[in-house]
Amino acid sequence: MNLTLKIWRQKNANDKGQIVTYPITGIEGDMSFLEMLDILNDQLITNGDDPVAFDHDCREGICGMCSLYINGEAHGPDRLVTTCQLHMRKFKDGDTIFIEPFRAKAFPVIKDLVVDRSSFDRIQHSGGFISVNTSGNTQDANSIPISKNAADEAMDAATCIGCGACVASCKNSSAMLFVSAKVSQYALLPQGQVEATDRVLNMVKQMDEEGFGNCTNTGACEVECPKGISLENIARMNREYLSASLKG
Amino acid sequence: MSGILNSSIARKFAMALSAFFLMFFLLQHFAINVTSIFSADVFNDLSHFMGTNPLVQYALQPVLIFGVVFHFVMGFILEIKNKNARTVKYAKNNGAANSSWMSRNMIWSGLAILAFVGLHFYDFWFPEINTKFINGDMTGLIDPNNAESGYRYYEELQHKFVDVWRVVLYVIAFVFLALHLLHGFNSAFQSVGANNKYTKGLKTFGKLYAILIPLGFVVIALFHHLNH
Amino acid sequence: MATLDSKIPEGPLKDKWTNHKNNIDLVNPANKRNIDVIVVGTGLAGGSAAATLAELGYNVKAFCFQDSPRRAHSIAAQGGINAAKNYQGDGDSTYRLFYDTVKGGDYRSREANVYRLAEVSANIIDQCVAQGVPFARDYGGLLDNRSFGGVLVSRTFYAKGQTGQQLLLGAYSAMNRQIGRGKIKMYNRHEMLDVVIVDGKARGIITRNLVNGEIERHSAHAVVLGTGGYGNVFFLSTNAMGSNVTAGWKAHKKGAYFANPCYTQIHPTCIPVSGDHQSKLTLMSESLRNDGRIWVPKHQKDVEAIRNKTLKPTQLSEEDRDYYLERRYPAFGNLVPRDVASRAAKERCDAGFGVNATGEAVYLDFASAIQRYGKEQAHIKGLNENDDALVKSLGKAVVKAKYGNLFQMYEKIVDENPYETPMMIYPAVHYTMGGVWVDYNLQTTVPGLFCIGEANFSDHGANRLGASALMQGLADGYFVLPYTIGDYLSNDIRTGTIPTDSPEFEEAEKSVKETINHFINNDGSKPVDYFHKKLGKIMWNKCGMSRNEKELKEAITEIAELRAEFYKDVKVPGTANEFNEELAKAGRVADFLELGELFAKDALQREESAGGHFREEHQTEEGEAKRRKEFQYASAWEYKGEPKDAVLHKEELTYENIKVKERSYK
Repeated sequence: MNLTLKIWRQKNANDKGQIVTYPITGIEGDMSFLEMLDILNDQLITNGDDPVAFDHDCREGICGMCSLYINGEAHGPDRLVTTCQLHMRKFKDGDTIFIEPFRAKAFPVIKDLVVDRSSFDRIQHSGGFISVNTSGNTQDANSIPISKNAADEAMDAATCIGCGACVASCKNSSAMLFVSAKVSQYALLPQGQVEATDRVLNMVKQMDEEGFGNCTNTGACEVECPKGISLENIARMNREYLSASLKG
Repeated sequence: MSGILNSSIARKFAMALSAFFLMFFLLQHFAINVTSIFSADVFNDLSHFMGTNPLVQYALQPVLIFGVVFHFVMGFILEIKNKNARTVKYAKNNGAANSSWMSRNMIWSGLAILAFVGLHFYDFWFPEINTKFINGDMTGLIDPNNAESGYRYYEELQHKFVDVWRVVLYVIAFVFLALHLLHGFNSAFQSVGANNKYTKGLKTFGKLYAILIPLGFVVIALFHHLNH
Repeated sequence: MATLDSKIPEGPLKDKWTNHKNNIDLVNPANKRNIDVIVVGTGLAGGSAAATLAELGYNVKAFCFQDSPRRAHSIAAQGGINAAKNYQGDGDSTYRLFYDTVKGGDYRSREANVYRLAEVSANIIDQCVAQGVPFARDYGGLLDNRSFGGVLVSRTFYAKGQTGQQLLLGAYSAMNRQIGRGKIKMYNRHEMLDVVIVDGKARGIITRNLVNGEIERHSAHAVVLGTGGYGNVFFLSTNAMGSNVTAGWKAHKKGAYFANPCYTQIHPTCIPVSGDHQSKLTLMSESLRNDGRIWVPKHQKDVEAIRNKTLKPTQLSEEDRDYYLERRYPAFGNLVPRDVASRAAKERCDAGFGVNATGEAVYLDFASAIQRYGKEQAHIKGLNENDDALVKSLGKAVVKAKYGNLFQMYEKIVDENPYETPMMIYPAVHYTMGGVWVDYNLQTTVPGLFCIGEANFSDHGANRLGASALMQGLADGYFVLPYTIGDYLSNDIRTGTIPTDSPEFEEAEKSVKETINHFINNDGSKPVDYFHKKLGKIMWNKCGMSRNEKELKEAITEIAELRAEFYKDVKVPGTANEFNEELAKAGRVADFLELGELFAKDALQREESAGGHFREEHQTEEGEAKRRKEFQYASAWEYKGEPKDAVLHKEELTYENIKVKERSYK
């Protein structure tokens, strides 16, 4: 496969940045998208150019490190995959592929395609936990039965990998899907109830302070989410938030 | 806007509440208008009731105006805030891949409806207010050509739809209204956190509402244009 | 050997840990506020340790090279975590978990450590549930279990196929709570490049900020390494791209002994390599072996036909298939330990029965599980059990509920539907049992330098059982280190803040900068990956699933040569003061190039087969691993300048509570 890549290059956070075009040849369908970029970088380095910086780590779709806005979609055209599991068989010979960083004011670019998602961490610091000491003196794990349904639903919410595709896909750069997944996981479990009120209020407050936009329920996040996190979580968070506000 | 509207979820909630009110208003507006197809008298009586009942005039009408203004102003504020949440645009963005046109263009369908509301006020509401409150002459509500038959609402309605261009503008506006509602109806429910066994049925109902109500208004406009 | 004091407490095995906890020194809460601890790595071990130490009151500085602690590679563990809860009432106990782990490790682990691990395992589950980890439950609302390789009970707790992720998010949430309280200062995108020793004690680290390239000095009263394994020395492994040995290796160079480097786990069920472009390998959870049956064709002609695509595997009749694990190991069948399953796959493929184009793949087949579950469901629902299509679709639904995300992952990567055609799998490097040598307190041979999780060597011997890595990481971090480190820190309550302007910090920073400058200014011609791939090939071919004296000797020479070439000819673009992944990679590969040589040296001296280490010279007539009594020790290597000069110290392993016997899974 021969392709034309149009890649966002930006030296550092202060640089203006621009799209640069790179032709690439000899790409096979079995390669992952990131392996295709590895080949490009290998060529760039050999030719004495600066390789394209992009985030990646586990390359099996679970760490949430890889990002990339590919041809106008977070993690590219395939569904329920991260960029590292997107394979080149999804593209055709002769295609032009735009590769841009996840864009949001709350995700400033560090270099090229690498962005700073520490805003997600700060939201979690504000309440993404259950305040239980790691002492080993907790009660037996089976002392509170949890219905299979609730456990499964909590698990579905908990599968969020924090990649930021929801923010990148949202026309408003809203982080509601991410935050609601965390809020939902705890809201669905009895262990999470004690701090539920403070948790949702604090996490939403931090989310707003980070400069994410407002959710307008376009549903783009749900479609692009590599883990299929459902919009129902946002509805649940809205409920949790409203009832928490009433409780004060 | 008070402190509570400082949070993104509260703002959504407020948008949803004003939307509920506007959708309810739309429904009753339609219910009254549709009578004009069947009976000029019923339409006139209902219109007169709405136009003169103090509860409607002094309680509901201000709330409605507030609701309309709030919905528009908040819509703009949100749009500006949301635009600011992404300072650098994508060179290539494929929104159609993951969301409906309606959901991505609420501001444009909303602006079209706002323009229409302007025209609509110019057509009906300003003359009405002028008659009632500026001239203060309630006899102005009587049809001058047909004093016995009663009020002039019906005649005025028919009169307005003589011009083809106005009918066309109205039809276009209703198309935008339908687009706005196609996303807005269910979005409002999502914003207030509605999610239960009725959600699926509600979604279907929302779609029907979003299409049938504006379609009904279109039918009314065409009916009066053709039956003039 | 005097230098290797494992500090195993006296007393009977089952009381050792309790007695030890009762007898070690504690630091009073007011004093903990004056003590700083550095934790490098934020996976299950590092993350849980950082959270617990902060909760106890220490000032913790935590470091990870990823952009968030939540991304550490523990997150990729799929199948589950073991705990001796005996919720299934199938006869499990602390002793049985201990026994299985020691046996699974082929009698090459330290008895007291393993027993402690089994002892605290039940606590881990309680702890994680309290944190909100959504473990799978049955319809009664109680926790569900599955079974894993090498054991005869169901003791594995799981959260879909994402157990590691959920446990890590649990530890991460505990960290978040402490970060929010200001007790942990988190340094994301920071890489540790050296450990600083002051007056013989570990007192700090040198890091590089990966965003702007700044070299920083951080001091503390103790340094904890939870930096994971070194499987990436093979280039292709199931580890994350960034996983590296640098922290452990720098510690080794500063005096910490490195133990059993040759013990590597080659995991039997990974997606086969598809071509030269491959950057990493993907694991398919061991839990799949609960329901999947592994086979290759019985006859060479069918192998050819399958490779030529003239025959589909589903068309091959039962009698023409060789379910070789069930054939060779009837007692454990498809659930033999990983080392055994991997070698058996290699044996079949080497004999020419591999089923893909490269001849390096075997089938993992779910057809019979789909049938079995489908019939069961049809029976439960009162439907026709003989309706093939119905049974198949019901069975698929059950398999999907159990392994859906793994099947989806397989399909995305391979472009074949594993519900319809058997999966192809092949062994791949997965985990390293070897690591920095630690005593019972998890302290290395450098006072004040601790090492936990996969980065140390302690609990798995020569082979790790499935679902035990998560157990060890969390046991070390939540329940062991926080106690044992107190014993050491109790001497530091009057020390005060460690200054970072001492000559030791100065010297360490200087040497880090020199290495970086060498890479940046080196006018080489080849990218870092070129050398890493070459190293990986040497390791896989000569230090892989089976090893022999001749090839190990060749490997030692070749790696030394490659290392020399690397320093001469590596090309690192860009500058030192910016985000520069190539520079970071160069540093990591430099350390792999040293470790690789020690790895081969260790494998060469270990003239026996044990667990993941298989020496062709030492096998039974049936081709099984042959242990030798005289090698019943952990090899701990002392750094002396070059890997080849490393000095071997032996920690003799004694088994007083378990009878050492031939490991049999027949």
